[in-house]
Amino acid sequence: MNPIDTSRRAFLGRTAAFAGVALAPGVLLYEFAAAREAGQEASAAVRWGMLVDTTRCASGCTACVDACNAEHGVPKASRPTDAQWIRKVELKDLRTGAVRSAPVMCQHCAEPPCVDVCPTGASFKRADGIVLVDRHTCIGCRYCMMACPYKARSFVHEPTTGQKTDTPRGKGCVESCNLCVHRVDRGEKPACVDACSAAGHRAIVFGDLNDPSSEIALRVRSVATSQLRADLRTDNGVRYQGL
Amino acid sequence: MAARPALAHSAPAWPTGPAPRGFTALAAAGAVVLALAVGAAHYMEERGHVVTGMGNEVVWGLPHVFAIFLIVAASGALNVASVGSVFGVAAYKRRAALSALLALALLVGGLLVLVLDLGRPERLVVAATHYNFRSIFAWNMILYNGFLAIVAGYVWVNLERRFASLATPVGILAFVWRIVLTTGTGSIFGFLVARQGYASGLVAPLFLAMSLAWGLAVFLLVQGALARWHGAPVPEAFRLRLRRLLGVFVATVAYLTAVLHLTNLYWAKQAAFERFILVDGTPYAFLFWAGWAGLGTAVPLVLVFHPRLRGPRATAMAALAVIAGAFAQLYVFIIGGQAFPLEIFPGYAASSDFRDGAIAPYVPSIPEALLGLGGLALSYLIVLAGARLFDVVAREGEAPCTDEAG
Repeated sequence: MNPIDTSRRAFLGRTAAFAGVALAPGVLLYEFAAAREAGQEASAAVRWGMLVDTTRCASGCTACVDACNAEHGVPKASRPTDAQWIRKVELKDLRTGAVRSAPVMCQHCAEPPCVDVCPTGASFKRADGIVLVDRHTCIGCRYCMMACPYKARSFVHEPTTGQKTDTPRGKGCVESCNLCVHRVDRGEKPACVDACSAAGHRAIVFGDLNDPSSEIALRVRSVATSQLRADLRTDNGVRYQGL
Repeated sequence: MAARPALAHSAPAWPTGPAPRGFTALAAAGAVVLALAVGAAHYMEERGHVVTGMGNEVVWGLPHVFAIFLIVAASGALNVASVGSVFGVAAYKRRAALSALLALALLVGGLLVLVLDLGRPERLVVAATHYNFRSIFAWNMILYNGFLAIVAGYVWVNLERRFASLATPVGILAFVWRIVLTTGTGSIFGFLVARQGYASGLVAPLFLAMSLAWGLAVFLLVQGALARWHGAPVPEAFRLRLRRLLGVFVATVAYLTAVLHLTNLYWAKQAAFERFILVDGTPYAFLFWAGWAGLGTAVPLVLVFHPRLRGPRATAMAALAVIAGAFAQLYVFIIGGQAFPLEIFPGYAASSDFRDGAIAPYVPSIPEALLGLGGLALSYLIVLAGARLFDVVAREGEAPCTDEAG
């Protein structure tokens, strides 16, 4: 009788071990990503939003921009190809000459044009109103950037470095403000909101627009606020006071 | 026996005979350009789009000018086949195979550019398996693939005598499909509600008119070139008929473009954008007036309708001018439309380090130009190979296969 050739068994064993090593991180990452402290799915009963008080936003202050960059590992922008998740815009009223300053980021529309036009469904809106990009299905066509009325989306034009665990980024995909979804799911506020408060301006209020007792809902009820390009009826989650 | 019916015609020296003189050199020239384009696309993918002139404001650049030209011209190139099949005109039917071959070649070339410009071209399988049916882009993927399948089927039933009775219904299907396809391509822009340059119901019919003009211009050029190569000139009456048709299509594009801009000029909110495109914008205003209005419209109209310019050379010049004007028009439309700042804060002057309120910069780079040229090269190679493999050159006095069978 011929001796048994064990080389094939060894090969199969090595293959299985390699497959396990290759797949395990993906499975584990999925587990972590799916885990949310509240232990439940995002709820449509919640509508996360922000109120920017342009009368309190200081011209020249970039605390929100710096905090966003640090939180998400986005380098400071200096070229047209650099990502800008949030930017400070200086505004001058053409009739009165009044000057305002305001941060502009993804407006987390209830009717987001970027989600409508995305061919693969990579751009999507979570039940709680946060608009996100699925980096696994974004093909980098940039149609969402064409459709966004707020210039809020960026295309990653070159290889990324210094990525943060909570914010996967990748060359060839589109990205934008994700309302610090990882912090919100932990019960925290977005980084820009905390940074603005720390700088002493308290110009950005974050909260659940659907909760009548939340600070943002109370403010939106008591003062005149507006949505950017309200004529488009995209029903933005970000509102502005003083414009 | 029904095999290779096209070759059953009265024994042409070509395509069955040895390759004509210069074939290898012509094919090699196209292959070199295509290879350069593939190299450029690889470079763009390795380094990222940072090596292009595109940025986060002008997100679609020169590759899209080439791609949209090829895709729009593709549906228009099917004109001749459509007239043959839908209206049953024999002179057009004889040229249906060339018309369909051109349509396929142009669309494939355009799609190559579009795909290789993606940030993640290797995820094409994702695009093919994940559909968001609210997206006109997703619909277009279905329309483009359907077009390829229907036109391929159309070529088949035209060449295969057994299926000759299907030529007319398949031709009508292709005709309807191409109208929907071009409407879809125009709607990619027409549905962009936020941008001053695009959001208009007129964009889809404008694209339809452009497809008729550009597709016919390409057809006239290719038909003329193949005729010279074969020493079988296109009958003058037929050429003059197509030439007149080209003039009508060019005039239609001019009319719809004028209506689009005049409508905008009537709306106060669009005045600044129109001023940018028509007067101030560099290089957009120059390209609009000198490129599209002058070279792309006035010159071909004179060449087509001047009673003393009836020769094939004038026809070819008119077709070339239409194509040059098409590139100028698309450059103004696609890139000018993005370069003009989005009006996010009506009533305010806005400024930021992201150039809010400012004109977005765009200078095309060599890799993206090569990629665009690669689309043209692929279309050219497909036509060259198609003309070598199939009997697409009409010879007068011969009925088309479909008529023979019928």
